[in-house]
Amino acid sequence: MNYLEHIGKYFIMLKQVFRKPQKWSVFRETLFREIEDLGLKSLGIIMFISFFVGGVVAIQTALNVDSPFIPKYLIGFATKRSMILEFAPTFMSVILAGKVGSYISSSIGTMRVTEQIDALEVMGINSLNYLVLPKIIATLFFYPILIVLAMFLGIYGGYVAGILTGRFFSEDYIYGIQLDFDPYFVRYALIKTLVFAFVIATIPAYHGYYVKGGSLEVGRASTQAVVWTSVVIILLNYFLTQMLLG
Amino acid sequence: MIEVTDLYKEFNGTPVLKGISTTFEKGKTSMIIGQSGSGKTVFLKCLLGLHIPEQGEICFDGRNQTQLGIKARRQLRQEIGMVFQGGALYDSLTVEENIMFPLKMFTNNTSAEMLKRVNFVLERVNLSNVNNRFPAEISGGMQKRVAIARAIVMKPKYLFCDEPNSGLDPNTATVIDNLIQEITKEYQIITVINSHDMNSVMEIGEKIVFLKDGVKAWEGTNKEIFKTENEAIVNFVYSSNLFKKVREVYLNETK
Repeated sequence: MNYLEHIGKYFIMLKQVFRKPQKWSVFRETLFREIEDLGLKSLGIIMFISFFVGGVVAIQTALNVDSPFIPKYLIGFATKRSMILEFAPTFMSVILAGKVGSYISSSIGTMRVTEQIDALEVMGINSLNYLVLPKIIATLFFYPILIVLAMFLGIYGGYVAGILTGRFFSEDYIYGIQLDFDPYFVRYALIKTLVFAFVIATIPAYHGYYVKGGSLEVGRASTQAVVWTSVVIILLNYFLTQMLLG
Repeated sequence: MIEVTDLYKEFNGTPVLKGISTTFEKGKTSMIIGQSGSGKTVFLKCLLGLHIPEQGEICFDGRNQTQLGIKARRQLRQEIGMVFQGGALYDSLTVEENIMFPLKMFTNNTSAEMLKRVNFVLERVNLSNVNNRFPAEISGGMQKRVAIARAIVMKPKYLFCDEPNSGLDPNTATVIDNLIQEITKEYQIITVINSHDMNSVMEIGEKIVFLKDGVKAWEGTNKEIFKTENEAIVNFVYSSNLFKKVREVYLNETK
């Protein structure tokens, strides 16, 4: 199947997804379950990675600005900018594409090959709306929270790394992170996060929903879902940066 | 009554069903039989509306399913119960939640009323103390019974079963067969079973439709199947020595 056909099928899928839920009480229940599965269960890995990435960014910046003519507060400034603009929204979204994307794709794919989706359809349920819409709402709601947390923890990780390695003073670092703070950058990061959250929920859902065959194909679909989600995130990151900051 | 007229279905230009016409009646257990690849599953999926046929009509008590819009088709599907080959129970839900799911989705019953109905159908399929267990924690036979319970919880008018006995031991298979037949008589529903199991066919097949290479090669009852001279069905049903003997004994007794 060519790429255009996939893109067309993806948008036809979205048309079915964005329908009124058949029963709000069931939708609410499913939404809370998805927030737990897709959001809360990703907290640990996001906290861990962002803290250490922040630390590494701070140490590497410190190693590269050892000239006496460059002020040390630039380390905090650079760490803050890197975390807010790129590492938290994009890097963490790629991580989430791997973790959550494979989960969404394999869980929906398994439902497809074990006829659970057919069972939903035979009952008269719009399976795409029932399975995918709560995932989209859950990621759109929770991922901005995760990314803001990643920004804080990344910057804090840089601070802790400085103290532990003794490569810069905490006063310089704190001065650097307060210097020239532009709230628009946070808005820009959150806009990117919302777009990426939508991509993370829908592309793997597409790969899982239309899988044909058995467990091997589910595995393949899962891998493809992660690859395509990451590719789309990277491409959209470029275009969004050009549009919002260019 | 379900009336199928001149049903034709193809995949990528290859015809799978070639003009099948038949009827399925209320209160009777009808069976679709045939070799692997004969089009049984495609036929069943067409009846369920999961495949859209290229040609033909499938009328559920006068409603032509192939002409219905999405909303009307979903409405019709709420009158259908389906038992899938592997059960198709939702892994993340307990037995109780699985059976309660259609009730939650389509009724405004209170939790107590729904629980009462769930316990009633569980009792009907002879299961107890499994409410809070997950599908992976119960046996294959129990999963089939839960699937039947889920299929009848909404009091369907039409019950479809895809290979309900596959992977079950002979005893459990007989229990499932009897259960399906009892439910069909008790609720006066139209039951259509897709099966390979000749024991089931002989035991509960009040109407048998034999498919061969996408066409209806024979149609009759489980009594008529012993007497038929139709070469295609004789070769299929009496491929084992045991059934050949059974046929001989039956024919000698009824001479």
